[in-house]
Amino acid sequence: MTTRSESTVDIANGDVEPTRRSLWQRVSGSNTVWIALVLVALIVVFSIARPDAFLTLFTAQTLLIEAAVLLVLGVGMTFVIITSGIDLSVGSVLIFAGVMAAKTMEGLSPRSDSTGAGWGVILVGLLVALVSGGAWGLVNGLLIARAKIPPLIVTLGSFGAALGAAQLITDGSDVRTVPKALARTLGSGTSLGVVPNLVILAVLITVVGDLVLRTTRFGRYTYAIGSNEEAARRAGIAVTRHLVTVYLMVGVLAGLAGFMSLAYFRTTTISGHSTDNLNVIAAVVLGGTSLFGGMGSIIGTVIGIFIPAVLTKGFVILHVQAFWQPIAVSAVLVAAVWFDQVRRRARDQS
Amino acid sequence: MSELLLDAKDLVKHYGSVEALRGASFQAFAGEVVALIGDNGAGKSTLVKCLSGVQQPDSGELRFDGKQVVLDSPTTARRLGIETVYQDLAVAPDLDPAANLFLGRELRKPGLLGRLGVLDKAAMRRRAITEFSQLGVRLQSIDAPIGSLSGGQRQSVAVARSVVWASKLVFMDEPTAALGVVQRERVLDVIKKVRDAGMGVVLISHNMPEVLAVADRIEVLRLGRRVARFSGSDVTVEQLVGAMTGALSQEDAA
Repeated sequence: MTTRSESTVDIANGDVEPTRRSLWQRVSGSNTVWIALVLVALIVVFSIARPDAFLTLFTAQTLLIEAAVLLVLGVGMTFVIITSGIDLSVGSVLIFAGVMAAKTMEGLSPRSDSTGAGWGVILVGLLVALVSGGAWGLVNGLLIARAKIPPLIVTLGSFGAALGAAQLITDGSDVRTVPKALARTLGSGTSLGVVPNLVILAVLITVVGDLVLRTTRFGRYTYAIGSNEEAARRAGIAVTRHLVTVYLMVGVLAGLAGFMSLAYFRTTTISGHSTDNLNVIAAVVLGGTSLFGGMGSIIGTVIGIFIPAVLTKGFVILHVQAFWQPIAVSAVLVAAVWFDQVRRRARDQS
Repeated sequence: MSELLLDAKDLVKHYGSVEALRGASFQAFAGEVVALIGDNGAGKSTLVKCLSGVQQPDSGELRFDGKQVVLDSPTTARRLGIETVYQDLAVAPDLDPAANLFLGRELRKPGLLGRLGVLDKAAMRRRAITEFSQLGVRLQSIDAPIGSLSGGQRQSVAVARSVVWASKLVFMDEPTAALGVVQRERVLDVIKKVRDAGMGVVLISHNMPEVLAVADRIEVLRLGRRVARFSGSDVTVEQLVGAMTGALSQEDAA
């Protein structure tokens, strides 16, 4: 406490202005830096252990592609968790949007085979994916912000309902025809020679999400609502509308992720996303976004998504049983949240 | 003689079967500090909520600046120049002091970026430093989350926020409740500064010496009604306590 009072400056006397904290002070206070160091350490360790296998273009490409879909979900999830909410439905909404898009594209193609479909049909499919994702997001948002039902329950409900709806539409079996034009470009195509298109799209979404969160009023309100909803409301912020918008945005992004997944896997993968929600939440929290709201960053989420991905790749390359990966990730996750708690308690006591 | 700013007459507010206000009246003038006191459950907080737009009275008349008004939201009250410091410290602990000062009133960058909603953080920080220094608010850092500051500094930011944006009237609900001696003095200084600038200040407080030290006028609420009015200069703690507990009442107060 003595250091605190010594560093207090008296701006009333005009001697010294309140200081901005140094870069290190601002940076070291967050979990994000430490978790970034963990990621760097992992990459270094795996690179040293097997430079021939880990530091290859192919490894980098597959790593990035596998992360792309989760990253798009993670951008939206970061906003939701900063408002101190949660969205368990992203994986199911992803499937639902993919199914709706695939079915629409088949319906617009001769003999229900969309393999040869052109760009007109593909764009309609994209639109359908975004709208059907957004619809679930809107329902989530209205139930949470207007009906005041806890987000955990609302999105647990839509988690089940969206998956059920997707299975009803398809009778439980995956849609297997996807336009070749889509699969070859967005799904497996590359730009600039080596960069997968799927990754470019995910990076684009991430950069925009980061700018919106850090520099705009929308981002500022997202933090404010998560930090103290009542204070935000009294400051004249339209809290209900903002929350609905955030959940709507997550839905739309899940829809986009569904379309990306469709392009990549060339099928709807109905049973393949049951733990996407937990993986994304884990990544967001791992990246230093607080489950209690008010704190977090997109860059943290990016790091949080790559830690499990790098671990999986590294374990495979080192011939460690892949089953160790979830154990390692879970341990880091719990430790990250624990640090967050300790730091908050220390802060609130001061 | 200063002008009458806020004139509330016969406000009634029910919460279910509970009558929080039973025809309460209240007046605030420009350029004065009026203390609103009363025992727990007298209806002080409810009255302040009705006068700052957080809640609406079931009946009664509200005049502001000579015109009849309906305060249907805090935003409406703010537009009229009325700001409120809440007892429970309505600040966002994860945001820095500048962000809290500008919460809901963010400055945006000029041009296209501003229209896209991009904030002008540097301008807000500069203006925040100026405002804080004018009010004598001492902060060790302008960009640390406000939750990491001491209770007194947090309170100072909350007070500063209302004072900076108010143009007519500031409600302060127990602004010094959580503060130490030095910080309390500082908040009281701010209150006097605001009054001297010609604004009206309504101070809700339990602390009688504090009320006597700073209030120009005192209105006493009991069981949802105004029961007494005093001038700050010629009143004793005994009289105030008497009015609060019902031992003393003025016929003409209600």
